[in-house]
Amino acid sequence: MKNIKLLLAGTVAALAFAGSAAHAERGSDGDLKIIFWQAVSTLNPFLSGGTKEVYSSSMVIEPLARYDEKGELVPTLVTEIPTLENGGVAKDLLSMTWKLKPDLKWSDGTAFTAADVIFTWKYCTAPDGGCAQAAQYEGVKNVEAPDPLTVKITFEEPKPYPYSAFVGAQSPIIQAAQFKDCVGAKAPGCTSANFGPIGTGPFVVKDFKPNDVVTFVANKNYRDSAKPAFASVTLKGGGDAPSAARAVLETGEYDYAWNVQVEPEILATMVAAGKGHLETAFGTNVERINLNWYNADPKLGDKRSTKEAGPHPSLSDPAVRRALSLAIDREIIDEAGYGDAGKPTCNIVPAPEAVTSTKNDSWCLKQDIEGANKLLEDAGWKKGPDGIRAKNGVRLSYLYSTSTNSVRQATQELVKDMWSQIGVQAELRNASASVFFGGDPASPDTFQKFYADVEMYTNNFDGTDPEKYLAEWLCDKVPGPANGWQGQNIPRYCNPEYDKLVGELSKTADLDKRHELSKRLNDMLTEEGAHIPLIHRGNPSAASNSVAGIKMNAWDSELWNVADWSRKK
Amino acid sequence: MFTYTLRRLLFAIPTLLVISFVIFALLDLAPSDPTGDLPLTIPPEVREQIRASLGLDQPFLIRYMKWLQQFFINEPINIFESLTGWQVGDGQRMRVLSWATRSPVVDLIVQRMPQTLWVVGLAYLFGILIAIPIGVISAYKQYSIFDQIGTFISMVGYSVPTFFTGVVLIVIFSSYLQWFPSVYDTNLQVTNVSTFLAQMRQMVLPVAVLALYNASQITRFVRASMLDNLHQDYVRTARAKGVKEKAVLLIHVLRNSLIPVVTVIALGVPTIFSGAIITEQIFRVNGLGQLLITAVQGADIPLVQTLTFIFAVLIVLFNLIADVLYGILDPRIRYD
Repeated sequence: MKNIKLLLAGTVAALAFAGSAAHAERGSDGDLKIIFWQAVSTLNPFLSGGTKEVYSSSMVIEPLARYDEKGELVPTLVTEIPTLENGGVAKDLLSMTWKLKPDLKWSDGTAFTAADVIFTWKYCTAPDGGCAQAAQYEGVKNVEAPDPLTVKITFEEPKPYPYSAFVGAQSPIIQAAQFKDCVGAKAPGCTSANFGPIGTGPFVVKDFKPNDVVTFVANKNYRDSAKPAFASVTLKGGGDAPSAARAVLETGEYDYAWNVQVEPEILATMVAAGKGHLETAFGTNVERINLNWYNADPKLGDKRSTKEAGPHPSLSDPAVRRALSLAIDREIIDEAGYGDAGKPTCNIVPAPEAVTSTKNDSWCLKQDIEGANKLLEDAGWKKGPDGIRAKNGVRLSYLYSTSTNSVRQATQELVKDMWSQIGVQAELRNASASVFFGGDPASPDTFQKFYADVEMYTNNFDGTDPEKYLAEWLCDKVPGPANGWQGQNIPRYCNPEYDKLVGELSKTADLDKRHELSKRLNDMLTEEGAHIPLIHRGNPSAASNSVAGIKMNAWDSELWNVADWSRKK
Repeated sequence: MFTYTLRRLLFAIPTLLVISFVIFALLDLAPSDPTGDLPLTIPPEVREQIRASLGLDQPFLIRYMKWLQQFFINEPINIFESLTGWQVGDGQRMRVLSWATRSPVVDLIVQRMPQTLWVVGLAYLFGILIAIPIGVISAYKQYSIFDQIGTFISMVGYSVPTFFTGVVLIVIFSSYLQWFPSVYDTNLQVTNVSTFLAQMRQMVLPVAVLALYNASQITRFVRASMLDNLHQDYVRTARAKGVKEKAVLLIHVLRNSLIPVVTVIALGVPTIFSGAIITEQIFRVNGLGQLLITAVQGADIPLVQTLTFIFAVLIVLFNLIADVLYGILDPRIRYD
């Protein structure tokens, strides 16, 4: 009798234990099926730079610190984030020191040391390597290891915001032992290393079929012995965004689909099937219309959109630029093309909250056809017999280009209609994305050449600090034949006042002051009409209702916390 | 016949060289850029370095010569090495590298070949097996109900594009009836009966779509060719001699009718290798067609160049084979 009681108690205890432990056991939840409609080409993000490669490899290789879903830095392979306060960042802003977590292991069981971090820097900055993430190491003079658990980075000049190298999904650490013979021009030759990097992350590459499917299994040496909950991950690629969304939301064949940029009404019917839901994270993507400050008249031939072409005959008038913005109803564009995955905005820096300005929301977020018409009328732009405004023979008729994409073409139509209400004509044009964003200096259709009066696309910045991004509108970054059309100041905006403020930002270390300056720069761009910000775009992904722990992140890889994902019981 | 074949083969060499140059030049002139798909957060200087590391900073002719050397000298030596295990030189030589994956193009093709051969090849085989009996019966019983239905189905199969039939079959058999999967599992390995059945199940839909399309085309050829022959004098003679109807049809008429059909079938073989681009994309079969389309989208020029050139080689080769077969099958045709 006594024995039976004991046995029963034991069983109950065991059951209770099993019940609570079921959630916290490595590999207990089977296979996680992820679908990326753009297939993964390589698992070495240094050789590709594409988002799909950065995200997929983030399950395997990790940076020293990464951004969480709120955009705050969290330590991954280090004990704490170095700051001025804790002495991790030097007072002169010329160096910073990272302390690695002790006893960290690579998935092959060897020790993770500062030498691997130094190697990663050397690998990505080696000449002839063509490292896609080289910009992360900009301004880094040296990386050294005073001891095996300490990494010291020295900068060429004071760096008020030093979190770039080894921070975020774009800058993970690779194993020195695996890649030592793959530096520089030899990098592409190491196919097995590029297809199966050894990492510190929760998963290990088991099999990789390029441009098709990746199979991962749980990392036996992962630092948290209870994670990951999934024993394996299958990451399938190919197809298109709607069918990827369908595989998660309707048929339930997959658990997670990345980047399901599909028209809102189609997504709504899929979600109604009840198998999954949408997860949207808002990062820094802003769909904008750039206004060309230089003359883009085709008669000018090769000179158009360059300094020699001179200022734009009508867009150089501030009243016209303001009126074009006032005429646009951002709500309608958002509703038609973006739904929950977009918000109307008047800022080029739409997030994080600390640097988001609200100064121009009052006049800019609301459509004001009357106000726009009055503005143009007062500036002397009179309607002609065809309803198009003109002054001194210059008509308000614009070539409006963008990349080929059904949402963009629908937006073009809407904007064209809105502009027609203020007597502005738009001729629509679109070019294939690989041409438009291709940057081929011989092609007339690239967004850098800007052989159009206005053009529309999305851009963003990595991480949470907008300094580098705001520096894109400097006078000397205007693309032109002299720099092979390489320059990020696409609108050809140039204001010495703006340049001075950017210089000030690059010297300011105080966070509050930095935020203040960033807001002022952002406001200048909107007020002066370098561009017309339209939509703050989120990253929409589809997730199965059976997966728990997903924390959608726009500041880092979407799969940043895949170690914490589990199957709902 | 032998000297004719030899002459044609020798003549194929300059033809193929010209083709390879035209493909290379066309791809070079096309305004696409391998860094075009990268996020805009990657600055222009870095893009320039990436292009340089891909060899894009070199002049056109040098890049073409390099490709010729890699494709015609280095890759065959590599294949020779992996087949025999012997090493030629130090084993270090530039191979044709894909820009997107940075791995050898030939390895990618070898990896994709089996799926294409299985799915598209099987569909071609089934297409032929279905087409010939239907074509024969349709012609023999011209304007009968069977002929009318056969004609109708083959017209539908021929004129409705595979991207439509594919999606229709998915909606019916995957979404509604749930008999067959809509996504091809490329990780499936056939080890026992159940995995073999799973492999069969996932091949049913793509094979059915392509077989319908292939069969429709070939049926029309078989039927037309049979009709031509059925009214020939030798058929009447055979019948007058008292040869059985079955023998007349299957021995006299069918054999003669197959001569042009065999040519058509041989000329169609290269399309097996080029894959059924659309069908592979719809069912996510990782075959050559899907490889080509992702390469085109990602401006992966070396991969597009190599694949299209291999297809060109196959087309030239199978044209020759069709001609030779024609000569063998039809004694009236002599090339020498």
